[in-house]
Order: sequence, then C-alpha cells, then structure tokens
Amino acid sequence: MTAPGLYALVGVALFCMSLHAVIVTESPLRKVLAVNVMSSGVFLVLVALARRAPGTLPDPVPHAMVITGIVVAVSATALAIVLINRLRADGEGL
Amino acid sequence: MSDGRAGTLRRLSHAALVLLITLIFVGLALTVIALPPDAAGLSDDVNTELARSGIRNPVSATLLDFRSYDTLLEIAVLLLAVVAIRSIRRGGLPTIRTGDEILAFFGRVLIPVMILIAGYLLMAGLDASGGAFQAGAILAAAGVLLILAGPGVPLRDEALPIRIGLAVGLCAFVAVGVAGMLVANAFLDYPQRGASDVMLLLEVGVTVSVALALVDMFVGVLRRRESGSTTRATDRKEQ
Repeated sequence: MTAPGLYALVGVALFCMSLHAVIVTESPLRKVLAVNVMSSGVFLVLVALARRAPGTLPDPVPHAMVITGIVVAVSATALAIVLINRLRADGEGL
Repeated sequence: MSDGRAGTLRRLSHAALVLLITLIFVGLALTVIALPPDAAGLSDDVNTELARSGIRNPVSATLLDFRSYDTLLEIAVLLLAVVAIRSIRRGGLPTIRTGDEILAFFGRVLIPVMILIAGYLLMAGLDASGGAFQAGAILAAAGVLLILAGPGVPLRDEALPIRIGLAVGLCAFVAVGVAGMLVANAFLDYPQRGASDVMLLLEVGVTVSVALALVDMFVGVLRRRESGSTTRATDRKEQ
C-alpha cells in the first residue's frame, strides 16, 4: 500500500462515517457538519489520488477541482446555516 | 426506547444502514486499491500546454486558463450564495462588541501581516504556490478578525463599494470571456500575448470577491441576540 493509497482510504472512511452521521443525526447543524466532513473526505481522496505517479509533480487538475470544491462547500455551509437560523426564527421547532 | 417493538425496528433499521454503509466503504476502498498505481492522470497534458499558457503554476493555469469556465461558475456560485443568504436571513446585522484585549492586540499585529501575505500570494500565484483563492481566504480571515476585534461599530452590508467588490470577480470573468470572443476564437479564450496579464487581472478580481463574500457569509450567519436569550441558550434548547 502506497502512502497516497492510504490517504485515499482514509478519505473513503471519512466519507462513509459522515454518510452515516448525515442519516442518523437529527440536529440540522450536525447534519451540516457531517456533510462538511464528507466533503473533506472527498477532497482527501482527490488530492491523494493526484499524487499516484511517484517522483513527479502531482496532477494539477484534481487540485484545481479541490480548490473549487472547497469554495463551493463553504458557500453551501453558510447557506445551510442561514436556512437553519431562519427556520428557528420562524419557530419551526428545530 | 419505551416501546419494545418500535425500539427493535429502530435497531434493525440502524443495523441495516450500518451494513449498507460498510458495503459502500468496502466497494469504494476496493476501487481505490484497484486503481493503477502509476497513473499520471492529466499531468502530461497540463505540462505540455503549460508553456503556451504564459504562466508557470500548473494549478493556476488549470484554474484560470484550461478550466476557466469552472472557475467562472464557481465565482457565480459564491455570489449566488451571498445573494441567497442576504435574502433569507432575518433582521439587521448585529453589532459585534467583544471588547477583547487579546483579539484587539492580535488584530493590530496580525491584520497588516495578513494583508501583506495575501498580496504576496496573489502576485506569486501565477508562477509559484499561491493564487486568488488562497489570497482571498487570508484576506477574509483578516476581515473576520477585524470585525471581532474592532471597535464595535454597526455592520453595514448595503454599502455600494461592498456590492461592487462582491460582483467584481464574476464581472471580470464575464468581461474577459466576452473579450475573448471578440479578440480570440471563443468565450474565455485568451490571446497568446498578454495572457498572463489577463490572468493576473482575473486573480485580482477573484481575490477581492472571494474575500468579501467569505466575510459577508460570516456576518450573515451570525444572529442578532434577542433580548434575554443568547445564541448559546437557544442552542442548548435544541437538545
């Protein structure tokens, strides 16, 4: 098992654990946190698999995709938290 | 757990869920292990095209040249999220008055350094490690620190310079894209000469927009404290 493969497996494990958390937890904030951990797992897989060829520079395309993904994940998280705030403010019993 | 049957059903469905997720994990893990160990992916393509892009950082070249349409849409998503947050959130912006001496001290020391580092990352991003998103994230952190450590003035997000700054990244991308249609062959196509200047222009716009959007999101997520109940108290009520 190479080091990038190990990192990729850790990313897969993070993804699966947070998939469980997204389904099982009831608090919406925890669901948002779980989705964040999930996306971190995906990013870890992408960045790890970008460096499979030993001795060369990593593949820049997955890195660019991860940078894009991080920004989109932050946007989605902020939007989700504002939606949760709004539901609470409207008394939806969350 | 009071009702025996419902509890059993719940445990059974949870066990089925755990089994399903374990299967997903095993499947994904086997896929990752089965991948060829020495695949170079798109590295070779990027490296052969890098000389034509006019810059030397392959990630920046991917973001701003080879896959610039992705980056355009990403900036659009960021702006869209800010607009949605501003539309959904209730009430005015809170006035943050932490009065924290340590934050104020760190703000005085760190914010100038952060602005300097952001500027360096922005300028270095075309040829070395760095780039617009990294610079924007550090600028945004400086902005958040400024708000937390600042003098506690009421926050205003409707000011025209802030709105223009939020949109400048997307506007720069669209303008460059349309100019590419006129000057070169296609949308977001750059002429060979001056491509690095065009990309630097895009980087500046993206940095400003990313920084302002992140600070705007931070402020938009905050809730105004209602009289008598703090944010912490409402969080506890949820459990």
